[in-house]
Amino acid sequence: MTKTRVPAVEGLFTEVDGVAHLIGAKVPDRESYFFPAHLSGMAGGDPGAIGAELEECLLSNKGTVWSYTTSSYTPPPPFVANTEPYEPITIAAVKLEREQMVVLGQCPQGITPDDLEIGMEMELTIDVLHEDDEHAYTVWKWRPVGAAEGN
Amino acid sequence: MDDLAIIGVGMHPWGKWGRNFAEYGTFAAREALAEARVDWRDVGYISGAITVRNGYPGYVAGSTFARALGFNGAQVSSSYSACASGVTALQVARGQIFSGVTEVALVVGADTTPKGFLKPNEGDRPDDLDWLRFKLVGATNPVYFGLNARRRMDVFGATSEDFARVKVKNSRHAVHNERARFTKEYDVDDVLNSPVVSDPLRLLDICATSDGGAALVVCSLDYARSLGHDDPVRIGGLSTVTPTYPDTMIDLPYIATDSAGATAEPLRGFKESIGDKVYEEAGLGPEDVDVAEVYDLSSSLELDWYEQLGFCAEGEAEQMLRNGDTEIGGRLPVNPSGGLGAFGEAVPAQAIAQVCELVWQLRGQAGRRQVEGARVGITANQGLFGHGSSVLVRR
Repeated sequence: MTKTRVPAVEGLFTEVDGVAHLIGAKVPDRESYFFPAHLSGMAGGDPGAIGAELEECLLSNKGTVWSYTTSSYTPPPPFVANTEPYEPITIAAVKLEREQMVVLGQCPQGITPDDLEIGMEMELTIDVLHEDDEHAYTVWKWRPVGAAEGN
Repeated sequence: MDDLAIIGVGMHPWGKWGRNFAEYGTFAAREALAEARVDWRDVGYISGAITVRNGYPGYVAGSTFARALGFNGAQVSSSYSACASGVTALQVARGQIFSGVTEVALVVGADTTPKGFLKPNEGDRPDDLDWLRFKLVGATNPVYFGLNARRRMDVFGATSEDFARVKVKNSRHAVHNERARFTKEYDVDDVLNSPVVSDPLRLLDICATSDGGAALVVCSLDYARSLGHDDPVRIGGLSTVTPTYPDTMIDLPYIATDSAGATAEPLRGFKESIGDKVYEEAGLGPEDVDVAEVYDLSSSLELDWYEQLGFCAEGEAEQMLRNGDTEIGGRLPVNPSGGLGAFGEAVPAQAIAQVCELVWQLRGQAGRRQVEGARVGITANQGLFGHGSSVLVRR
């Protein structure tokens, strides 16, 4: 049975023509970006843009590895493990060139630190975070460019 | 700004005692008050550091300690700024003394910490960044430490052995500290054989969470002299600066950094700016420092501080460690107390405990972990959630 895919948290990411994007915010006419958009606050924290109305924007879906690590023990709630027993997850911090910012994300299951190195090109994908009987809850993840499609 | 006198320090031993946090705080406060030779009824201000893990009594920590010590009509406040809470409480006390509200103040923080990872508040909280990072990324605190360590390896050539040597050094110091929780001496293999928590960091690279309490009695230099404290250890500078936009180092609890797309990164990063501020206030520089207590939430973060506080140039921390410069007996001993690796973090007490250790060092009361001839000491405390702190003490 195919489970219904729903975002684990609404409003943070989307897919446009099959391409995954994070939904960020931006100061109009200014290269100041923020993520997540709904927690960007007044002017997104940019003291050079006080009073600006932020506009929603899609962030770059590719970047380069700034650093990476693992969560080798099960994180506490609200995290829900998708495997039993828990398998360590790999986490990448990816630098977006246009936005000049670093965004965290899990890597798809099966990618380990041995598969990554700093500076490597990564792309965003939408993948399963965890599942219950009816739903597959989705989240953004970072995978090396050219890596196999996630599930 | 004038220096502030520290005329009493107190500390409950760190451990996993499981008792009420107020017990640890009042134990430390009594010790500090006795040393200060201050009548409790003369203390006009109580500045508490908040614990968020012990219900309402923790949120009103100042009042909880005041009541436990016996309400004396003093004014009171409670401060929370994550790991920097203790120094925020100290800063409040300094303001009250220098504005003439009180002659002498008690600063106290204590915590009882549950086992396991520190975690966010319960419930469905998508508007809470601290909740989102656990929910969507599985980013525990050690994940951020692991990202930092991997970066240090790639940029500066640090090795797992270097990280292990930080733990080994601090464990050797802690053997001589009866107030530390972990007093076993470790070797490099012990660290390298401990399980990976957040690659490349292992269990023994990362600090635990503990119960503990620490207190200071502070006053003006004139008031100190009136009590017969003619040459007290003095606070020459305090810092609780926030980052300057854009802060491009990923740190708790954020899932994305600021963007440097429109504004260039500041010349000095957030953690560098924490120390810069106390040096400026004290009119001293890194070359004047004899001893330091820095926030080794992880071993690699201790190495960062050598550079961020100006003890060596960027990228040279590993060499400084390998030379033995930061061991007791070296050029600039760091974490003679044993640091967080030996204590485990008791959040609201920790920044105060760092100051306690430096006071003992500057008084020559540190026993077998004494840094000979120490006259100037500095603390530094990890900036989490935009918070961080530093205190410069001198004699």
